[in-house]
Amino acid sequence: MTTPTLPEARWKAWRPARPALLAAWTVIALIVLAAAFPGLFTGRDPLELEPAVAMRGPSPEHWFGTDQLGRDLFTRVVYGTRPSLLVGLGALTLALAAGALYGLAAALLGRFADVALMRLLDVLLALPQLLVALLALTVLGSGQVNLMIAIALSLLPAYARLVRAEALVVRRSGYLESAVLLGQHPLVQAFRHVLPNALGPLLVLGTVGFGMAVIAASGLSFLGFGAEPPSPEWGVMLSEGRDYLQTAWWLGVFPGAAITLTVVAVSVAGRSAQARFTRRTTL
Amino acid sequence: MNEPLLNVEGLSVRFPETRAVRDVSFTLDRGECLAVVGESGSGKSVTARSLVGLAGDRAEVTARRLEFAGLDLASLDEKAWRRVRGGRIGLVLQDALVSLDPLRTAGAEIAEALRTHTKVPRDQVGERVRELLVRAGVPEPEVRAGQYPHQLSGGLRQRALIASAIAAGPELVIADEPTTALDVTVQAQILALIEELKKDGTAVLLISHDLAVVSRLADRIAVMYGGTVVEHGPARQVLDDPRHPYTRALIAAVPEPSGRGSLLSLPAHEGKEPDPDGCPYAARCVLADDRCRTSLPALAPREAGTRCWHPVSGPITRERRPQAEASPVRDGDTPLLEVREVSKSYRGRPAVSGVSLSLLPGESLGIVGESGSGKTTLARIVLGLVSPDEGSVSFAGVPWSALPERRRRPLRHRVQAIVQDPLGSFDPRHPVSRVLDEALALTGHERGPRRRARAAELLALVGLSPAVLPRSPSSLSGGQRQRIAIARALASEPELLVCDEPVSALDVSVQAQILDLLTGLRARLGLALLFISHDLGVVHHVSDRVAVMKDGRVVETGEVTALFQSPSHPYTKELFASLPALHRVS
Repeated sequence: MTTPTLPEARWKAWRPARPALLAAWTVIALIVLAAAFPGLFTGRDPLELEPAVAMRGPSPEHWFGTDQLGRDLFTRVVYGTRPSLLVGLGALTLALAAGALYGLAAALLGRFADVALMRLLDVLLALPQLLVALLALTVLGSGQVNLMIAIALSLLPAYARLVRAEALVVRRSGYLESAVLLGQHPLVQAFRHVLPNALGPLLVLGTVGFGMAVIAASGLSFLGFGAEPPSPEWGVMLSEGRDYLQTAWWLGVFPGAAITLTVVAVSVAGRSAQARFTRRTTL
Repeated sequence: MNEPLLNVEGLSVRFPETRAVRDVSFTLDRGECLAVVGESGSGKSVTARSLVGLAGDRAEVTARRLEFAGLDLASLDEKAWRRVRGGRIGLVLQDALVSLDPLRTAGAEIAEALRTHTKVPRDQVGERVRELLVRAGVPEPEVRAGQYPHQLSGGLRQRALIASAIAAGPELVIADEPTTALDVTVQAQILALIEELKKDGTAVLLISHDLAVVSRLADRIAVMYGGTVVEHGPARQVLDDPRHPYTRALIAAVPEPSGRGSLLSLPAHEGKEPDPDGCPYAARCVLADDRCRTSLPALAPREAGTRCWHPVSGPITRERRPQAEASPVRDGDTPLLEVREVSKSYRGRPAVSGVSLSLLPGESLGIVGESGSGKTTLARIVLGLVSPDEGSVSFAGVPWSALPERRRRPLRHRVQAIVQDPLGSFDPRHPVSRVLDEALALTGHERGPRRRARAAELLALVGLSPAVLPRSPSSLSGGQRQRIAIARALASEPELLVCDEPVSALDVSVQAQILDLLTGLRARLGLALLFISHDLGVVHHVSDRVAVMKDGRVVETGEVTALFQSPSHPYTKELFASLPALHRVS
């Protein structure tokens, strides 16, 4: 057998399996770039007021139009990427880390700890996620950091359950038995064998959960729990634009589209990673 | 000349990436049993499957002749196949749990075969099912017919499968490893059943890796290696006077009483890879020359013969294995391991009840018993993975099972385990180097060149090259994995090695190498072994003393040779009687 070296074959090897995947990764790249260097996309200041051009529709001058105070909407959407995603990303990281440790503890600390920790989670799981976050915010008070904690708390139960289930499988595995027979300390076992082998599916679920975290962050900001108004955050912008939706559609549509596009792109990429992961582990 | 029932000439099966079967020819008469023997990957199962048109979509089957009772099998379409399969040719596969539909009762399975292939009137189907179950040796056929596969034991499932295979009165039964997953006593019953079929005039094609099973049933034996039949002839001739170097190695690898104290495997030989047309065994064969690597002699389908340019004759000689310098077993020694009246139940069902054993330093104690006899639970108690409900285990004169885990942990390195499935005992993310590194780290070897040197030393001890270090255990062969598992166990310089079915998942020739390795290491390092197996031959080969377990109890213990020669407990007698042996004339 000779390996095909024809141009077509090479092109086939290069071409991504699905155009949607390519589009998703392009969007993700743009979002990351916008969050890191918003100045690359626009020369304006997101907070600069220009009352003379207030409430103008999309035009070559102002791509996404302007808001009630004459601020350029495109600039605000670009600058809004960072605060909007930061809360989601922070909440997700926190939820993953805390969920992994929680699940690990439930799986390894014995039957009593398992029952206690899992029933506690069941309470959280019984409530809708957004309600859990709202509840936490009512207790903690609003603010970026508290918003992160509240969203993390609402995501945590699913992650903790997943890690616990995976850790229980690893706990019964032959390699953990070998570690026990070699006299390895349980704490070392937990972090060297159990956690790494239980983590794979969690990371995949996490990419999908990112979308949920971003939506939750925007939603709660919309309700006034997160960033405060003049700050260009997508949820805050939506909230501000709500009053003018009848006359200025662009105030709601563009920030909303930014949220939707981000969530869809990350979910598509996440699901393909998930498919690849399950293929690899079932082989 | 009488036409044989099955006539296969020049059968080849190709898959896109490999050639699985290459120019295989044989014939089979009514009432005759031909056994096809070979290790995994030798092409024996593919050969059997292509006879019933089930080699798979990607397989390309070609043959000069493929005739069954005057019918050209190569020209059959799918519809014609359905009439032959299950009707005139019955197929019995190894794993009855997989082959039986879990949602249907055993009776329904057999009734379907009857309805599809025979004209039994509807109201008589039930009666016929009962008759077939009786014929397959199933007790209480009315009850069993109404049960689902998961409610039946392995032996009963296999019998139900045989009953459905013979429902339509086939002229040929193909049995692919029919007894491999079964206990010896059950195996003996299944073999007797197949023998009955043969007496009634059914032709039997028996596929097996187990020479002992084959020796009991087969009239003729075809030995396969690398997709081709390397030797073929009457059973006794192939077993007693094998000519092909591979057949000889295969027979030498079977542990049997006369082989105790000898090496089972041949010294490793790695020659040049043969051409695609050469002898597949050339790379492993000491006798191979250039002619072997480029061409293969032909074999007449009906006559006995050896497909070898350098056939050997005469009795098989095994090398003596090196003996331990000083005999480690002395009566006055304090036992290394002492198990006193140990019992353990799971959910009220006793797994081990009142077992007492003792093991001297450097001694090898074999534990035999059928599945469910409590062997593995006992091993786990000895390893300190399960604590006994009653009784105690002491190790080197101090309490072991009674210790809290915190106090036992520092002592754990003195007792290590080898299990049946080594792959499961390696962290799937760790390469071999990390597996060994971790074991060495836990036994106080300092990080750095000394630890790496020790890892290389361990690999050399188990006969592996350092080239395996960066590889993942999942990319290694079963034998190599078991060697890595042994190397890891030796890393902590244990005094006792608990081996739970360490060779059950391996081919005979690989099993021989691992057994040689274990016996050799034991002599060199003065290890004590607790060797658990369902395979009496294997236990006999490695043990000084044997304990026979049944239903959680030790029914008999004794010095190995004495016990094998004159067992006293009725169960032990039954167990030994059902053991198929090679019965070679030496």
